[in-house]
Amino acid sequence: MSVVPTPVLTANWGQERSWKLKKYLAGGGFKAAKKALGLSPEEVMGIVKDSGLRGRGGAGFPTGVKWSFVPQDNPNPKYLVVNADESEPGTCKDMPLLLASPHTLLEGIVISSYAIHCHTAFVYVRGEVAHVARRLQGAVAELYEAGWLGKDIQGSGFDLDIIVHSGAGAYICGEETALLDSLEGRRGQPRLRPPFPAVAGLYASPTVINNVESIATVPSILRNGAEWFQSMGTEKSKGFTIYSLSGHVANPGQYEAPLGTTFAELLELAGGIRAGHELKFFTPGGSSTPILTPADVDLPLDYEGMVGAGTMLGTKALQVFDETTSIVRTTLRWSEFYKHESCGKCTPCREGTWWLVQLLKKLEAGQGQEGDVDKLLAVCDDINGLSFCALAGGAVACVTSAVKHFRPEFELGYTTPAWEAYPYERSALFAGGAK
Amino acid sequence: MSETAPAELVTLTIDGIEVSVPKGTTVIRAAESIGIAIPRFCDHPLLAPRGSCRMCLVEIPDAGNGRGFPAPQTSCTMAVAPGMVVQTQLTSPKAKAAQEGIMELLLINHPLDCPICDKGGECPLQNQAMSAGRAESRFDGVKRRYEKPVKITDRLLLDRERCVLCARCTRFAEEIAGDPFISLAERGAYQQVGSYPGEPFDSVFSGNVVQICPVGAFTAADYRFNARPFDLVSVDTTCEQCAAGCSLRADHRHGSLRRRLAGVNPEVNEEWNCDRGRFHLPLGATDDRPLTPLLKDGGAMREASWPEALAAAAAGLRKALKTGVLPGPRQTAENAAAFAAFARDTLGTPSIDYRVRVKDENQAAFLLEQVKGKALAESVQYRDLENAAKVVLVDFDPEADAPIVFLRLFKGLRKGLKVVAVAAEPSRTLAKLKAELVETLEDAALDENTIVLAGERCASETLRQIATSPARWAWIPNDVGAIGAIDAGCLPGEGGLDVERMLNASMALVVGDDAVEAGMGFTVRLSDLGDDAAGADVWLPVATVTEQSGTFLNWEHRRGSVGLIAKGRVPAAAEVLAHLAGLLAAPETAGSEAGEGIPDFEPAEGEEVSA
Repeated sequence: MSVVPTPVLTANWGQERSWKLKKYLAGGGFKAAKKALGLSPEEVMGIVKDSGLRGRGGAGFPTGVKWSFVPQDNPNPKYLVVNADESEPGTCKDMPLLLASPHTLLEGIVISSYAIHCHTAFVYVRGEVAHVARRLQGAVAELYEAGWLGKDIQGSGFDLDIIVHSGAGAYICGEETALLDSLEGRRGQPRLRPPFPAVAGLYASPTVINNVESIATVPSILRNGAEWFQSMGTEKSKGFTIYSLSGHVANPGQYEAPLGTTFAELLELAGGIRAGHELKFFTPGGSSTPILTPADVDLPLDYEGMVGAGTMLGTKALQVFDETTSIVRTTLRWSEFYKHESCGKCTPCREGTWWLVQLLKKLEAGQGQEGDVDKLLAVCDDINGLSFCALAGGAVACVTSAVKHFRPEFELGYTTPAWEAYPYERSALFAGGAK
Repeated sequence: MSETAPAELVTLTIDGIEVSVPKGTTVIRAAESIGIAIPRFCDHPLLAPRGSCRMCLVEIPDAGNGRGFPAPQTSCTMAVAPGMVVQTQLTSPKAKAAQEGIMELLLINHPLDCPICDKGGECPLQNQAMSAGRAESRFDGVKRRYEKPVKITDRLLLDRERCVLCARCTRFAEEIAGDPFISLAERGAYQQVGSYPGEPFDSVFSGNVVQICPVGAFTAADYRFNARPFDLVSVDTTCEQCAAGCSLRADHRHGSLRRRLAGVNPEVNEEWNCDRGRFHLPLGATDDRPLTPLLKDGGAMREASWPEALAAAAAGLRKALKTGVLPGPRQTAENAAAFAAFARDTLGTPSIDYRVRVKDENQAAFLLEQVKGKALAESVQYRDLENAAKVVLVDFDPEADAPIVFLRLFKGLRKGLKVVAVAAEPSRTLAKLKAELVETLEDAALDENTIVLAGERCASETLRQIATSPARWAWIPNDVGAIGAIDAGCLPGEGGLDVERMLNASMALVVGDDAVEAGMGFTVRLSDLGDDAAGADVWLPVATVTEQSGTFLNWEHRRGSVGLIAKGRVPAAAEVLAHLAGLLAAPETAGSEAGEGIPDFEPAEGEEVSA
């Protein structure tokens, strides 16, 4: 069975200067916001709840339910914070969306803020992508000028300001409480919970934190209705999403499709594995999600399907690796990322990632000793589930799942350098420079 | 003290033992209450929970709702719940394994340089590595290395490679002292404690970070490599630096004081002290100061034996028409009582004054009437400050005059305390206390929910005004011996002269403090500092605060015991006064040998009190 792409979020990406407000309005933009402002906030929240939209940032928590946790009797201001700190290795969906169609997100923010009685919303943009932040700021300025932001939006009596804030370049700030600390001007490190952000988040006020894609999906739900959204996807994973495919595929990129689409179907859309090669392993949702192998290509890529396979849907970042790839080298690269990005707050993550990298480097160089693979797993065991936040869990998942599927290759590291068993130039995509 | 409602109790089971603790208690504290010690680094009972070292992991098979946690949880952040079941390392192999794993991880980047580390021997990391760690590490890689040590201030050195990043020091600086000048910087394993260039860790409480550091990362520059903990003898004592009354632990080796730490006294200093109390070590027996009496002989001072010196003192006092006594404000309550008795019973003079200077004419009368003999129970106490609705500061700078009072006020801010200061201009201390500045006492609106803290600079007229207001109040003197001296009656009574008049009168004086200037007439000086003997006719060395036991009364009128560290070769002031009184009481007989019957104070060399 081949899947039909369902371009909703990506529908306008191909248009010339698609990021300009004029273009967005011409394509029917802000009709959903207009409709929402004509309803009561509770009605808007009801529609999003009914749609079954679940968080697209990784955890998959129902978005409308999250909104309903905001205590409306709290006298403090309510805040909406959009998490645009997209840093998960392999994940590339929010940044292209913000570059191609920032107004999709901004319209979603207007609707979502209205639903939760928020009058100041923030977009926390990953520090490394200054060009994305600039585009977003340009779009926000356009909206103020057009009367879609500021006081009394379009005569509705609803006030909203949007503040675009750039991080300083830290993966941990994708963790929602670390994001809040960073947004408040502190070092980005996760906070103790409780209190949960819905009760005491940004500036100790009720705060909703949603992924870019989740909020950007809201306008289409308002425009087409909850039933339309529910008609796509699987039983518990409704709607469509953006899958990012990267690595050894013929046509890497973003593919928008209903939830529950299989990897095999996506691979077909992307033109298959690069010519002359075959799949070795892939990640379903970025490097933090346990890897899968060719045996898993027909599993539905939705929240339940992935949990059933012992992994997670995560950010739907499918990193694809063919048979030329050294799993040891790949795991080392991922581990180096986590070591670099560990915030240092808790012991298992800070010290554990430091140790894992050293062990993997030895195995990559063929200098491992008998028992090192068991030691690797034992260290993972001392980290897993014992850290302050979920970062370390991701750092461990890529190692343990890799050993589970490819243990002999790790044991080869007792004798043979990975670059001899899997000459690195064979797996390089851009050897000899970009063409 | 205000009555507090009994806290609601929560009953849970820890290692099979049922325990009831107040609602909101953390699991680690509940376990402590039944004698179960869960290892910890970042946890500190006086700091906000952080949950970052992960050492205190326990298994919770039932959170009180019938469901358990799949993985071990940090007991320092977990609040108790009714029906909760907790298994610590003592009963849960899973918790034990988790703690052993964390300990191994903590040590992979620690240098294990215990043999050359100040903390070795009293180190929570060392101790808990033995009690909660595996015997051998599986780590054979490369450790993090740093240039060492970093000089954080003149007094504090930081060896970053030893740090386990528990953030106790930075949290102390921010939460307790209100001086957030050290902070964690960088990330991952390279996270480290640092301070901004140009913004030094300028805090009068900085030394506490050495004490709460659970490893040897922070060390005190003047104690570094100075002693090994297991060679030291610890003595509980009370600080002599101000009237706050902090409990201290003084560590000495063979009678020589090596360092002082904050003692644990929940009612006074909790577990903190200030840098004055920690780093200004009082002189002791082995320090270089004259230990022989001196006599004025033809305009110059010469050494004399104790019998000769005491006889000369007695002779001079006997000859004098008028006499006065100036004990000084640093005496123990016992010495102050001896000075008072000496003035009253031996010399028969009403002229006694512990003060060094006189604030105003009516101060003595006010102190005798309103401060003397106050009981602790009727006095304002530290605990009251913490729980007060409003505290008004009058001529009192808490951070400079009695730093531990500042810590209580700062703590009170979190509980809703409002500080008002009658002050002409703002200061850093007042800013930290978020104090409202008012010009006059009337502006401060004293009511029954107010506590007034008046400093030594406060005029008697203002003190009277405060004392007649509905507010509760306390007078906080600058010096450690002031309250004890007032209680002993070391203030001029009916017909007595005050310190300034005595110094300007032609009268014989017995002076107990080196800070008191020389008088006009015959002067017997009892000196514990070894200061310049000029101006004295008879100069008698007496025991320092470390060479005697005794009592200090702090501003609350709370008694704090002074611990004897090592008996020196000179007697305490009270002992000298007793002998002098004996001489003066004896009938003067021309034929008797001067100073007959007076011992020559010479305790055996190196005599000390064992632990």
